[in-house]
Amino acid sequence: MKLRDFASARSGDKGNHANIGVVANDRAGYAHLVQHLTTDVVQQYFQSLGVSRVERFELPKVLALNFLLYDALAGGASRSLRIDTQGKLLGTAILDLELPAP
Amino acid sequence: MLRIANAAGFLGDWIDAPRRLVERAKVDYLTLEYLAELTLSILARAKEKNPQLGYAEDFLEVLHSLVAPLEQQPQLKIVTNAGGMNPLGCAAAAAKVLGEAGLDQTMIGVVTGDDLLPKIDHLRAAGCTLKNFETGTPLVDRSQVVSANAYLGAQPIAEALADGARIVITGRVADASLTVGPAMHELGGEWDDWDRLARFSVAGHLIECGAQVTGGYSVDWSKYVLADVGYPIAEIEADGSCMITKPTGSGGAVNRRTVVEQLVYEIGDPRHYLTPDVDCDFTTVEVEDLSGDRVRVQGATGLPRPETLKVSLAYRDGFFASGQLLAFGNDGIAKAQAASDILRERLRIAGCEPKHWLMELLGGGDGCPLNHAGKSSCAEVILRITARDPRREVLERFTREFAPLITSGPAGLAGYAAGRPSVRPVYAYWPTLVPRQLVPASVDVRSAKEWLT
Repeated sequence: MKLRDFASARSGDKGNHANIGVVANDRAGYAHLVQHLTTDVVQQYFQSLGVSRVERFELPKVLALNFLLYDALAGGASRSLRIDTQGKLLGTAILDLELPAP
Repeated sequence: MLRIANAAGFLGDWIDAPRRLVERAKVDYLTLEYLAELTLSILARAKEKNPQLGYAEDFLEVLHSLVAPLEQQPQLKIVTNAGGMNPLGCAAAAAKVLGEAGLDQTMIGVVTGDDLLPKIDHLRAAGCTLKNFETGTPLVDRSQVVSANAYLGAQPIAEALADGARIVITGRVADASLTVGPAMHELGGEWDDWDRLARFSVAGHLIECGAQVTGGYSVDWSKYVLADVGYPIAEIEADGSCMITKPTGSGGAVNRRTVVEQLVYEIGDPRHYLTPDVDCDFTTVEVEDLSGDRVRVQGATGLPRPETLKVSLAYRDGFFASGQLLAFGNDGIAKAQAASDILRERLRIAGCEPKHWLMELLGGGDGCPLNHAGKSSCAEVILRITARDPRREVLERFTREFAPLITSGPAGLAGYAAGRPSVRPVYAYWPTLVPRQLVPASVDVRSAKEWLT
């Protein structure tokens, strides 16, 4: 199964760092993501972008996780050479991440 | 209950959104947010070229489109950071638009004090190192700084409204403060009621990016009518709770998913979303979908506001250029790679190899280049080459090397007709902090007629 089966996501920039907000479809999905969508899994998935570390924050009341991907944007909005200078595509990309079935 | 809408989330947002919103929904305040992190450096450059400019010129066109609603809806007020690097110039230009429409008695309030560029030496003398708060590096080369703006809060906006302003124009203020200012002015209360300020700030955060909370940028895009997307309205209660909604009959949607996705948009630690007004805790927020494009948001808590203000500083950091060609055919990826190699080799021979270089194959998965995704063969691919270098002449030469590839590179390249790519300066972002007491804000409220004289 893929992350898109459990959640939606949206990403953006914080300087040279990116954030990805992951919003679970329901309570069971949230519990599954808390267990399996770890910082290691996310860092591994985006390794080729040069992410130095990943931090995860939990918002259980709204069934969301927020990931902060440090140094993910190759210089950020002004200096990055990538077409996606602001990490807008990371939220779409993460939805293809493979997760175990519940 | 106070109805605050937002109909601009950045400079360049849909120019018709403000008019369409106020024509469809009666709101008390229309906020217009124009300043992304680096917009001010671009506006600083515009002001360098023409001292009358340096503000969000889109706002004048928007204001022109709002003349009839302003005449017909006496309750309607506008709060915007369109002032950019030149709030006074923006006010004068806005006054001209209003004057020509016969609205020269309209009171315009201007908030200034965010521009720290003239005060950098003073700040350093007062002991501010202006170090980058992400890297810890102190600011050394002051001569390359093009803009330095503190994020002001909601208090001067509320003050301008209390002084009778119908339109408030600011420079850099925190996005959420555009909502917190009118909420505090209209609903009253203390500036140290942190939970309430946090709730107002949540409302502001949810609407600050315009249609991103009403179905734009959504994974469910195919379910919504987005051509006529409704921009958001926050119906704010005195306790700070709010209903996020949109005009009746507009496109898009407001539901749990659109609201929560926006709650976590561009945030760091959700327990400490810092604004100049309050330290908000987003983990205490509760969201209830009442259906019918109405979502109730409540429960945010707050801690005392930070003693420092964030400053967005930008400095010159060389030059940038980017060019594209289409490589067609099943061997498009190989051809694009070859064209890129040829271009780079020619620059090397000419002694003009840019210091920073990136080749992307758009259509081959490089929009978000994940190693494990792999590059499959495709019918065509866009070759995008981007370079950055301290030397403008190197990049000028780079931009001249695309067209020759059509006749002296692989067969099947197209897309050069748009002309040579342009070279633009890079303004690097330098986030820093200053003590709040060193950044006093000023408020000036006058009629449009007075702003014109």
